[in-house]
Amino acid sequence: MTAVPPGRDVDPILDVRDLVTHLYTRWGVTKAVDGVSLRLYPGEMLGIVGESGSGKSMLALSLVRLTPEPAGRILGGQVLLNGQDLLLLSAKQMRRIRGREISMILQDPQQSLNPVYSVGNQLAEAIRLHGMAASSAEVLKRSVAALQSVRVPAPERRLRDFPHQMSGGMKQRVVGAMAIACQPSVLIADEPTTALDVTIQAQYLRLLDEIRKETSIGIILITHDFGVIAESCDRVAVMYAGRIVEQGPVSDIFDNPRHPYTRALLEARPRRGRQAARLPSIEGQPPSLIDLPPGCAFAPRCRHAYRRCEEQYPPSFEIGDYHRAACWLAEETP
Amino acid sequence: MARYVLINSVRGVLTILAVSFIVFSLARLTGDPLDVLAPVDMSREDEQALREQWGLDKSLPEQYRSFIANALRGDFGPSFLYPTETAGGIIADRLPASIRLGMVATLLVVTIGIPLGILSAVKRGSPADRIAKGLALFGQSVPEFWLAIMLIWLIAVPWKFIPTSGIGSWSSYILPSFVIAIFGIAALLRLFRSAMLETLGSEYIKLARLKGVSEFWVIMKHALKPASIGPLTFFGGVAVRMLTGATVVEIVFSWPGVGFLAFEAANARDFPVVQALALFTATVIVVMNLLVDVTYAYLDPRVRLGQRSLA
Amino acid sequence: MPFGRLFSGSGRESPTASSEQAVGTAEGRRRWFPWLRTRSDKVPWIPICIIVFLLLLPALLADVITVHDPLRGVLADRLTPPAWIEGGSWTYPLGTDKLGRDILTRIIYGARISLTVASLTILVGASVGTTLGLMAGYFGGWIDRVVSWLIDTFLSLPIVLLALVIVAAIGPSFITIVTIIAITMWAYFARQVRGDTLAVRESEYVARSKVAGSRPWRILLRHVLPNVANTLIVLATLQVGVVILSESSLSFIGAGIPRPNPSWGVMVADGRDQVLIAWWISLFPGLAILLVVLSLNLLGDWLRDFLDPKMRQRR
Repeated sequence: MTAVPPGRDVDPILDVRDLVTHLYTRWGVTKAVDGVSLRLYPGEMLGIVGESGSGKSMLALSLVRLTPEPAGRILGGQVLLNGQDLLLLSAKQMRRIRGREISMILQDPQQSLNPVYSVGNQLAEAIRLHGMAASSAEVLKRSVAALQSVRVPAPERRLRDFPHQMSGGMKQRVVGAMAIACQPSVLIADEPTTALDVTIQAQYLRLLDEIRKETSIGIILITHDFGVIAESCDRVAVMYAGRIVEQGPVSDIFDNPRHPYTRALLEARPRRGRQAARLPSIEGQPPSLIDLPPGCAFAPRCRHAYRRCEEQYPPSFEIGDYHRAACWLAEETP
Repeated sequence: MARYVLINSVRGVLTILAVSFIVFSLARLTGDPLDVLAPVDMSREDEQALREQWGLDKSLPEQYRSFIANALRGDFGPSFLYPTETAGGIIADRLPASIRLGMVATLLVVTIGIPLGILSAVKRGSPADRIAKGLALFGQSVPEFWLAIMLIWLIAVPWKFIPTSGIGSWSSYILPSFVIAIFGIAALLRLFRSAMLETLGSEYIKLARLKGVSEFWVIMKHALKPASIGPLTFFGGVAVRMLTGATVVEIVFSWPGVGFLAFEAANARDFPVVQALALFTATVIVVMNLLVDVTYAYLDPRVRLGQRSLA
Repeated sequence: MPFGRLFSGSGRESPTASSEQAVGTAEGRRRWFPWLRTRSDKVPWIPICIIVFLLLLPALLADVITVHDPLRGVLADRLTPPAWIEGGSWTYPLGTDKLGRDILTRIIYGARISLTVASLTILVGASVGTTLGLMAGYFGGWIDRVVSWLIDTFLSLPIVLLALVIVAAIGPSFITIVTIIAITMWAYFARQVRGDTLAVRESEYVARSKVAGSRPWRILLRHVLPNVANTLIVLATLQVGVVILSESSLSFIGAGIPRPNPSWGVMVADGRDQVLIAWWISLFPGLAILLVVLSLNLLGDWLRDFLDPKMRQRR
């Protein structure tokens, strides 16, 4: 919970530079990811927050090069994992990276497990694929260990179960076990708790937190909920219309949000003691990513927008240590 | 699992009973068999004797009971067409030819329909997909009897080595089995294509790719098995439709199987044989449905482990 | 034979969650990536034209647009080839059969037979099937169990054999073939409607009507029926093709429309023995069946996409 920004001497495990992903659909080209740069340090939990349709999920899929076929295409940028550019790898090399170096937890545990194979089968596959175990006995040992690491009780028995015999929270733990079974250095969790009950949500976030402390894995947590960010992340990046509009340490963002969109999101967050009826929401709709305005994409919904906002996209201004915001207002007040 | 098979078997027996009842009522209620079977100049006494011999003088429920009792013993009475043989015996003689043809057709269906469906889904939108979709539409719409005649005209006659009718060497199987198979190929192609598309777009396929599974195994292990469950429910229907097609095709090619026998017997008013064949075919269909249900349970752990039942 | 349901979504109420999952996945994908939604394809004008000009108009106007007698031919003109072939004449555009009857005239009258059989069987099948399906899906319990079992039973009927049983007993007739086809037709409608009703029954507005104390029949007619109407239209369209195939197959083997009536199946059978010397007798009626059924299938697929995006099969 204590947000310690890593020192400058530590190399990031994941360094994303100017990533651009477009979707070629029947109605035009969607700029789902439009020049995103971010870094992830070992043992860190980085939150990516934004409304649905802001390109968060497409960003996550771009990092593992699994954008939808044939619509999605990664057009530019670099995804450096431990210094190696994933975008330059062959499909075969990339397959060795997936699950081994970088893995992912999907949103809906009800649908992420194959209904016709036992949990043990699916878990063993992840371990066997990357040559993590030589014999079947070792595969079994590792499978049990993986389930233990996500606090699944009676793991030996659970291995024989089929997904339909488990609760949603338990399935999501299994998905988590599959993701960390090969000890990757980066874990992307795409809204891992959205489909879970509220009580299970907090447990699951705590589990992720414990895992990264035990293993120094770097976690990217994608969510639309600032409350989740506040509880578990060190740093946060706010995404809007395919771009990161503001990023920085969680405490800085909460105390001193500089982008009007961040501010609006923070205000829209339900807080204890406030009546549900007065829950404020952000006016207007997120823009269609097909014909974006030339200037700031948030300008049409922004109370503070002026002419420059509509004409020119603001560059990212440095505000403090690791805190940057892409808003013309941030330029004026250093 | 045992309970599941038992329940389905009981249902199957009930269905066969119901079918036998429908066959029986259709046969009796649509007219007096003697009107068409007895010679016009038959004397009243002879007619009465024949009526008693066939049990037509008894009440309908009683007739049904003895019909069932005899059927259970495999006794459908003497054939009118071949008076020295029983209906059951004639069917047994003709059955092997039909079974062989049916097996070749089924083999074609499975080895062409399923792979084409998978290919069509995996290469969605490609020229191969478009050709496969065209084939599916054609197979679903073409009348088998016409296709058979056209193939005899365009292929069998000009290319002398393929016979135009009857059973002979392997080449005599080519045209009939293909015509019977065309509907099944179309059906399985479409069913597997749409099931594979649905499955390939699912989250667990995404997760399999995230684990680093190669595309080949994503399709063959992770997509194919769950995608087979949906189409399986239709196999019974496809089989029924192919049996119908097989009957027509046997007639066109004068194939000495049970389908052609049914045609000959119906034209000769050989009532016991046709009735026995109808009941026999219904039993085959019910058994096939039972096999489908068992395979279903095998493929789907939710059914196998008894969390859900087929009802 | 009657088999349209195969191609219109899931079959008998499937015990797997695969259908639920399938829908869930599709929805999930739309929730994630709303721009990936697809839209209906363009109106299939060519199939519609074929249905109108090869089935509907000939059936309605057969006596107005033909000059020859469909049943009696000119023996002197027997086995005349089609007009564009040497020896043919435009008096008989598609040639004549062995009795000198005009093939085109008989195809036009054949459309009337096909359409009549299809209308009758589908009208009977749809009304019986819809009623039973609504009851089974809505009331559940023993009604559902009995109806479901009846559906399974009737779908297991070997209708060619049944037709041959009747032929053996009383010979072929128009009534025979309508009865035989209608006997299985209802089951397809019942199965579809039952499944749809089950889904609608769980919906919120039906629950509200129940709470408001509406009578079951009122709920069925006002809330459930309109919701299954779309799939009924799709199924009926696809089943027309199925009935045409069934009728022509049965007529072909002599268990359907009796000679000399110009059913398309009978016509193909008429030319069977002469296919080497007079291929046109069999070719054209069969081609008519193929084109009409193909068009009905295309139209049915399009209607399904157009009326009910939930049932869309991705192409």
